Amino acid sequence: MIAKAGYQEIEHTADIALRIWAPSIPELLVQAAKGMFALCGIQGKKSSRRQRIFQINFSDHENLLVNFLSEVLYYVERDKLVLDRFQFTLHDHQMTVIASGYPILSIQKMIKAVTYHKLEIKTTENGFAAQIVFDV
Amino acid sequence: MVNISDFKKISDFEWEIPQNVHPDMKVPVRIFATRRLLEKVFDDESIQQAINSATLPGLVGRVLVMPDMHQGYGFPIGGVAATRYPEGVISPGGIGYDINCGVRLLSSNISFEQAEPFLDALANALDYYCPSGVGKGGHIKLSEKELDQVCTEGSRWASKKGYAQAHDLERTEEKGRMEGADPSAVSKRARQRGLDQIGTLGAGNHFLEVDLIEQVFDQSAATVMGLFEGNLAVQIHCGSRGFGHQICSDYVEEFQGAVKRYGIKLPDRELVCAPLTSPEGQRYLKAMRCAANYAFTNRQILTYYARRAFEEVLAGKVSNWELDQVYDIAHNMGKIEVHEINGEKIKVCVHRKGATRAFGPGNPEIPPEYQPIGQPVLVPGSMGTASWVLLGTEESMKRSFGSTCHGAGRMMSRSQAKKKIWGEDLRNQLQSRGIRIRAGSLSGLSEEAPEAYKDVDDVVQTVVGAGIARKVARLVPLIVVKG
Repeated sequence: MIAKAGYQEIEHTADIALRIWAPSIPELLVQAAKGMFALCGIQGKKSSRRQRIFQINFSDHENLLVNFLSEVLYYVERDKLVLDRFQFTLHDHQMTVIASGYPILSIQKMIKAVTYHKLEIKTTENGFAAQIVFDV
Repeated sequence: MVNISDFKKISDFEWEIPQNVHPDMKVPVRIFATRRLLEKVFDDESIQQAINSATLPGLVGRVLVMPDMHQGYGFPIGGVAATRYPEGVISPGGIGYDINCGVRLLSSNISFEQAEPFLDALANALDYYCPSGVGKGGHIKLSEKELDQVCTEGSRWASKKGYAQAHDLERTEEKGRMEGADPSAVSKRARQRGLDQIGTLGAGNHFLEVDLIEQVFDQSAATVMGLFEGNLAVQIHCGSRGFGHQICSDYVEEFQGAVKRYGIKLPDRELVCAPLTSPEGQRYLKAMRCAANYAFTNRQILTYYARRAFEEVLAGKVSNWELDQVYDIAHNMGKIEVHEINGEKIKVCVHRKGATRAFGPGNPEIPPEYQPIGQPVLVPGSMGTASWVLLGTEESMKRSFGSTCHGAGRMMSRSQAKKKIWGEDLRNQLQSRGIRIRAGSLSGLSEEAPEAYKDVDDVVQTVVGAGIARKVARLVPLIVVKG
């Protein structure tokens, strides 16, 4: 039985790619972040949680997904922080994200960028699904 | 879906996808490949990506694809596309996130026999001085003012600070500094990422190698370049690090709106572009040139530290431990150049994504000592295999916008490579062949295994067969430092 929400690595010759699915757009964002961190081989150090609050401006769902992942990736590089819990508040084309996570203990791979290549969030019987390619 | 029967065979090394294969194509696609190499790329999406790239507004001539082609995102890796200046467009995705990713080659007078007892120590010193791997900062932290100077002055900044030798800059594409860079076009976030990453290799397929010059094919050209069989040489492969990645991300984002404003319809959002003369296009060019200058400076600083490692380990033990710059090339770049198309000289913006500039003899853009022979082209192979030094030709000027291949080209995904190859086994196997590996991550090592790449000799044979490069020397690795 397939989980209602999840992620799976898919083949790409040079870069890395994920298939993600979820019943809602916020949950799709969470799965994308989890999948991206799994691809990076990130291990968090369980200690007191650190919080980050940020705003994402977007024009459509694909744009929201790329901007959200780019933002959480930025905290990996700048603050060495892996965010794994998210609360979303939506106002028109702006999403406020309250996120928390742990300092990074180890990381295997750094992603250069989140791309728009063939990115399309599709409506499915169970919600939403997309494929996303990362430049590494 | 295109298949091989849609291709027109031009020669044993060239194939063309006619413009009528897709109604939105503005120009045909020309692929430099043998039939065997061409058949391999049908396993991924490179062909479709090349066709998609041919839909960009303002293209001239043909979209070209090199034999090391493989699937990228938007453009295929190995792609070259020229848009008419000023009416055409510029596409950040056609240059790539790692703006001015490139290769530098240094020659030496150190023979393998002299160096062999010290290779382990040299590997350790290079690993220390030339940081590689995820999240590793460098030995230099830039101030905000210094970052501005790096953006506008490129390798000249490094030279003023004492990080360069006499003819390093002369022997760098663009002399290590692109005109028209403007830091005001760079975001605060890109700046923040750029402050502590200068002088670092990064991860992925980036590396520093000490090589043995195994075979020379053109004695007189090799002599001009200071390359002699049996001597050591050094290759440095890296780019503009997080600074360039952020600049590309920022403009791919900004151009999502620009394509709507300018009524540009594209088959893939990663191909987003803006007219070269538009405010958005101009700002991207200014920012891209900042990243290009950052990357030139990055390789210059790594060169300084590689020299320091050589001196520390070899001074007093060999007679001459100097490293002399042969050349430094970019293989992810957008450049305004003049090319002859159908007998007419046209100013164009050449996008090279995973393709190397390969100007022929006599071109004023190349150093005077190389004008009789053509521009050196540096083609690193996959880890543990050969690399090549080639030269640009008159044919590359006529047929490929002065461009040729940039490497071996992947053919196996990273996840497949990790499943098939154990990093530790690979390291042991390479070490048993006398190659010293200093790698930050064993899984990263398995992803870059030679089996994951095409045979670089086949790729080189193809560009030579097509006439868009000629052979000078083949190098084999002795030390590999990578993330």
